[in-house]
Amino acid sequence: MIKIEPPQVGDEARRREPFLNDVPHPERSAFFFYLNTSKLGITLNVSTATGRKIFQELVRESDIVVEDNPPQAMKELGLDYESLAGKNPRLIMTSITPFGQYGPYRDYKAYHLNTYHGSGVAKILASILPEDTPMPTKGPGFLGDYDCGLNAAIATMAALYNRLFTGRGQHVDISKQESLIATERIEIDMFGNNERGSTVWLQYMVGGLQRCKDGYVMITLGGKHHWEGLIKLLGNPDWAQDEKYEEEINTYIHAQEINKHIAEWMINQSKEEVYHRAQALNCPIGMVNTVEDLVASEQLQVRGFFAEVEHPEMGKFKCPTASYRFSKTPLRFELSAPLLGEHNEEVFGKRLGYTPEELTHMRGAGII
Amino acid sequence: MSRLPLDGIRITDFTWAWAGPYATLLLAFMGAEVIKIETNKRPDHARLRALATGPGAKDPDLSPIFNDLNLNKVAITLDLTQPKAVALAKRLVSISDVVAENFRPRVMDRLGLGYNALKEVKPDIVMLSSSSVGAVGPESKYAGYAPIFAAHGGLAHLTGYPETRPVPLMGSSDLRSAATTAFAILIALYHRARTGEGQRIDLSSVETISVLIGDALLDYIMNGRVPIRKGNRDEIMAPHNCYPCQGEDKWVSIAIATEEEWQSFCDVMGNPPWIRDEKFSDAYRRWQNQEELDRLIGDWTINYTHHEVTERLQQAGVAAIPSFDGTELFQDPHLKERGFATEVTHPKIGKRIVLAPPWKFSDTPAQISRRGPLLGEHNEYVFGDLLGIPKAEIAQMEEEGVFY
Repeated sequence: MIKIEPPQVGDEARRREPFLNDVPHPERSAFFFYLNTSKLGITLNVSTATGRKIFQELVRESDIVVEDNPPQAMKELGLDYESLAGKNPRLIMTSITPFGQYGPYRDYKAYHLNTYHGSGVAKILASILPEDTPMPTKGPGFLGDYDCGLNAAIATMAALYNRLFTGRGQHVDISKQESLIATERIEIDMFGNNERGSTVWLQYMVGGLQRCKDGYVMITLGGKHHWEGLIKLLGNPDWAQDEKYEEEINTYIHAQEINKHIAEWMINQSKEEVYHRAQALNCPIGMVNTVEDLVASEQLQVRGFFAEVEHPEMGKFKCPTASYRFSKTPLRFELSAPLLGEHNEEVFGKRLGYTPEELTHMRGAGII
Repeated sequence: MSRLPLDGIRITDFTWAWAGPYATLLLAFMGAEVIKIETNKRPDHARLRALATGPGAKDPDLSPIFNDLNLNKVAITLDLTQPKAVALAKRLVSISDVVAENFRPRVMDRLGLGYNALKEVKPDIVMLSSSSVGAVGPESKYAGYAPIFAAHGGLAHLTGYPETRPVPLMGSSDLRSAATTAFAILIALYHRARTGEGQRIDLSSVETISVLIGDALLDYIMNGRVPIRKGNRDEIMAPHNCYPCQGEDKWVSIAIATEEEWQSFCDVMGNPPWIRDEKFSDAYRRWQNQEELDRLIGDWTINYTHHEVTERLQQAGVAAIPSFDGTELFQDPHLKERGFATEVTHPKIGKRIVLAPPWKFSDTPAQISRRGPLLGEHNEYVFGDLLGIPKAEIAQMEEEGVFY
């Protein structure tokens, strides 16, 4: 993975917090680090003729180009899929934009806030926010951008797999809006069929979010066996002995009343104790974890979710890795995130054959 | 019809509820043949128990949610507590490329369908196991559903507003876990195609959520800070919020990153006197005083519809878009032109609008070719046509309840 950044300024993410020890510095953004480990980093100004030529040379030796410029930008530079694939028909190009490569909103500008709201998922989230919340609200951080990245990775892998059989690449058009819509596929489909969303059924949900003395837990039951586990957890209280609860449907119908009983009990408990005891009783409960809880989690530790990494400017620290473990192709987490232009010599010199003199001149000319 | 990326790939799919089926749905959109194994004893959650079907659903073929998560798939019934059913499942695996399951860890082993057993009948099988917190570790037996993944994975604590409770999202956490699952299967298929080697994949749904807050985790690891919910706010940008517009519960989102955008924004608003207030004179001051700033902007947006604000600001190069509700998405000309939804006809449900695949491939368009299957609809095709079991033998096993 060769990451191309504009010379001098680099990726915008380098200016995003969090920074190590809260000291802003382009090489100390944990945000940039997290999104760019295991990549090589080069700087290249593709708005110059020489920069474009080098980019084309690089693309000729690449399998995949991933870009997130406005739809017309690559075309104006002569670096659109048609132009690039002419020299490398095996090329796969994945273009990521807020609203896709075509359609009336194609050229609309949008940041994460806008794509989150423009996809309808903020209004869906609003339906489960506390009642007095004044306005629709986005998901935390850059949730929707991560969703889009994953969606683009799926499509890119599929195109790569397809190429094994056809020898041909293709252009993949990924819209952030559509990627986010996909995360609420079930809810959004209901509106397409003139139905209200599923939140109208929330009143029938036994458990749900419950407050403990030291935080919150989330209870989601998936059957009568889970209900029985919950009742054991609560110490077989009298109210739960009512015959009507033999029929699971009655637990839904009386969910609001049941939830009041659960709340009364739960407020005196600690979330971690509830979590382990409930799960031992076959009742699905999770804690509302903070990042502190997650970093301390034994489960995550045993699974190796956090890897020890080392960065020349930031030193050694733990970093989240991935949610999957492959038995034969384990994740490699060897490379740190690149410093700005760290691999210019390696990529431009060793791979593309430019001499140190040429690189010096190009650096002076603001090309690399 | 052009080739689809996963043409020729067959998936034996033991998954149920939402997180597993949405993963295999994504692969079915790409051309994989997905054979879903169910039993009448315990039909897929999405057929009867899904919250959204309401309490008391009785007919397993009437769930629109099941239909939506199982388009393009074929469905068979096998009572896996019977040895003959297990033997049939293994035969199916022997002609499959992928096995997907999301039972609790060790259930497949107990059924005699663990990775080692399946590897014997299909040495290069790719086996994906998705569970709440993964197949290893002290909590590996623990169960969970989507809102628990969001809570436990750290997302709920960061969703909503600091002064009110955390928000555990809902079904979207299943779909996020599922998308990650589909990605992992594609990687394993690519590896297999190049080396001939299959493998098993152990996926934790909770971890699929935790990776989405990596920056917050690093803020704690590096700075000891425990971030909390901040609504629509950003760490740098202001204005960065939703603003009220004409109509009931209509809002427009506006985000401003540069001084140039701020100037254009002020021009569109007609440069009201308050923009010259010291409090709003640079990006940092606007960020510091954003509560008041938001109120003043809201006094302007309320005079227009969310579409009017969007058009005027976009023309000036300012990022704005309505906060659409579900109904508006289906009326939106942009999404219409991109074909984001399509219609399928289901024999019991009737006509149903469903969302199209979320990618546009230039050469191998992903597609919806069929509505979701009825319970056990394809027993004849799979056991007769695919496995070549004689009719008499099928009838005999039917009698014995193997296909229940």
